Amino acid sequence: MHRILEKKLLRPPDVFFFKVSAPLVAAKAKAGQFVIIRLHEKGERIPLSLAGIDPSAGTISLIVMAVGKTTGEMAALEEGGAIKDVCGPLGNPTHTENAGKVILAGGGFGIAPLYPIGKAFREAGSSVVSVMGARSKSLLIYENEMRGISDKVLITTDDGSAGMKGIITDALKAELEASGADTVMAVGPAPMMKAVCDATKPFGVRTIVSLNAIMIDGTGMCGGCRVHVGGQTKFACIDGPDFDGHLVDWDCLINRQRMYKTEEKESFEAWKKRHNLP
Amino acid sequence: MDEEQKKAKTPKKLNPKRTPAREQDPGTRKKNFEEVSFGYGLEEALLEAARCLGCKNRPCVAGCPVGVPIPEFIAAMVNGDLAEAYRIIRSANVLPAVCGRVCPQENQCEGVCTLGKKHEPVAIGRLERFCADWQRKNGVQAKPEPAAPTGMKVAVVGSGPSGITCAYDLARLGHEVTVFEALHEPGGVLFYGIPEFRLPKKIVTGEIDTLRQMGVRIMTNSVAGKLITLDEMMKEFDACFIGVGAGLPRFMGIPGEDLNGVYSANEFLTRTNLMRAYKFPEYDTPIKTGKRVAVIGGGNVAMDSARTAMRLGAEEVTLVYRRSEAELPARAEEVHHGKEEGLRFEMCTLPTKIIGRDGWVKGIECVRMELCEVDQSGRRRPNPLAGSEFEIPVDTVIMAIGTGANPLLTGTATGLALRRGYIEADPETGKTSIPGVYAGGDIVTGAATVISAMGAGRKAARAIHEYLSSRKR
Repeated sequence: MHRILEKKLLRPPDVFFFKVSAPLVAAKAKAGQFVIIRLHEKGERIPLSLAGIDPSAGTISLIVMAVGKTTGEMAALEEGGAIKDVCGPLGNPTHTENAGKVILAGGGFGIAPLYPIGKAFREAGSSVVSVMGARSKSLLIYENEMRGISDKVLITTDDGSAGMKGIITDALKAELEASGADTVMAVGPAPMMKAVCDATKPFGVRTIVSLNAIMIDGTGMCGGCRVHVGGQTKFACIDGPDFDGHLVDWDCLINRQRMYKTEEKESFEAWKKRHNLP
Repeated sequence: MDEEQKKAKTPKKLNPKRTPAREQDPGTRKKNFEEVSFGYGLEEALLEAARCLGCKNRPCVAGCPVGVPIPEFIAAMVNGDLAEAYRIIRSANVLPAVCGRVCPQENQCEGVCTLGKKHEPVAIGRLERFCADWQRKNGVQAKPEPAAPTGMKVAVVGSGPSGITCAYDLARLGHEVTVFEALHEPGGVLFYGIPEFRLPKKIVTGEIDTLRQMGVRIMTNSVAGKLITLDEMMKEFDACFIGVGAGLPRFMGIPGEDLNGVYSANEFLTRTNLMRAYKFPEYDTPIKTGKRVAVIGGGNVAMDSARTAMRLGAEEVTLVYRRSEAELPARAEEVHHGKEEGLRFEMCTLPTKIIGRDGWVKGIECVRMELCEVDQSGRRRPNPLAGSEFEIPVDTVIMAIGTGANPLLTGTATGLALRRGYIEADPETGKTSIPGVYAGGDIVTGAATVISAMGAGRKAARAIHEYLSSRKR
């Protein structure tokens, strides 16, 4: 059992921040790694990126968007409650050695896992530019955190309510045209990461992505998270989650992510009905 | 021995056939996950026990990878002392309820049974299972008394058959044992791999409880190599046993394996057994079977996957194997049960491509094989027959073609000698290239059986005990 020490609504109505007690995981975890959680005896195992690691406090931070049954149930947990299983740290840490100038591109709540990654890049001596995109100002998360670890923050919103009006790749391209970069790291929904890779390709800049495939064990045993990278089959859990974004077969990943769409909807609807939720 | 005595010893009429065990009717059982075989009742068990000749050369004992004193336990049964029979089995086998169900007895004890030369061999597996089940139901759990604490700490990585056996033996010898298990449930392949209808999970959890009662600490959700490396482990513990299993599923490398609807057997079975996807949506983990399923492979894992697919509601399940039925590596009983349940067999068939539409599996393209000369494995080598291409329409493909070595722990271990990813270990002791580090089971031998992994765990425990005793002095 892992106690929930802090919970807050990060972005209304459905994105939540959790600080969870997991001393052994926190002692070992590095930026870019993830955990697999299971809420209760009948729960499924889902991978969640680490959005914060505090070894001295023995805690990890997780960001969850309530889009399905498990994330919905997690969103309903309160401070003082507990998560049954936290398994990790899993996956390989992001290579955060001094990489010169790094641009972090975060879409949606993918911005959150970029926070420990950016922090590690900065500590290793890199200069960090963060590019964050959202549909509008109220949907932006982790802005203050990212400002704390970035030399420069660029914000784009679809409606222009904050930063530059446009999408994240507009700001990214502008930054690359103006002063280039040694590395771009993108975390977010697969279509967003794909768009970032398409945008950086003409610049020939190394682009790292963190792939969010469907997983069960996270230790290489089930092979459910297999992804196609550079013509080879890789397991996102043990070979990744970071890969060279220009080599990723995005259509394959996006297709595999929808494998259980029907069942996920069925499960979510049944749960909402049981709890009289809209 | 005079004539009179001889007559008394030999049953008047030896039944050439073994006593059948009652089973769920095939039509019923293929729709549920309950155990296929009910096992023997007392009367049947005693009838079968009486068939044992108690022969002098006891080939069955040598045929058993852990050397269970088989004639002795059967004799105790004949004498009506079931508790003693159980005690005799347990002295050599930590998991009798498991082995009685999943051992390939036809290649081991029963395969060399003297009675089997003329008649059907004694059903040793069923007798073992009967004694273990009887003990669970009626007996006082004979919790073994551990020796006085030695003050030595041993880490066991993995709680599958080799880890459980090694931990049990070490705890009995008085060592302080900590087991690291990556999943949320201990038991390894006994839990995530072997289906409920062949090995009920309550039996596995029962065995794990016994371990805990003996003071063994089991840390679940603890991925060795990630949460703790081997180097760190050796600083904290006096010795270590690695029994992590092979656990890296193989794919064929043919087009279409990334389509939705293609599973590794590991994933298909883990979703069903560990995550209980057969109870979706009561349990949260989903699984997709579709109407028609092809399982590629011919081992126990392939049979388990095929029969699981059937129970999940598939209408037609086809086992696709590149050699002939005679070469099927699966346990004979599983093949027999699968057939009874309506499993289709496409033997001498090799898939060459998985056909998809809109990202989902629609069928597999196959070619027929002819069996040629005997290869290094002692089996006839299959070769594709030109012009024999054909298609099987399916919604789901399950790859059950074996596993490779998982690098998660071994990749973090400085100085651990490996061969093609597997750990190099002395087959008699499990000793590896690092002093104090021992290994056994599938991560040493490649995919094998529950009982051979248990044998390796036992040998390693003995060697670790000797190693620790010599260090103490």
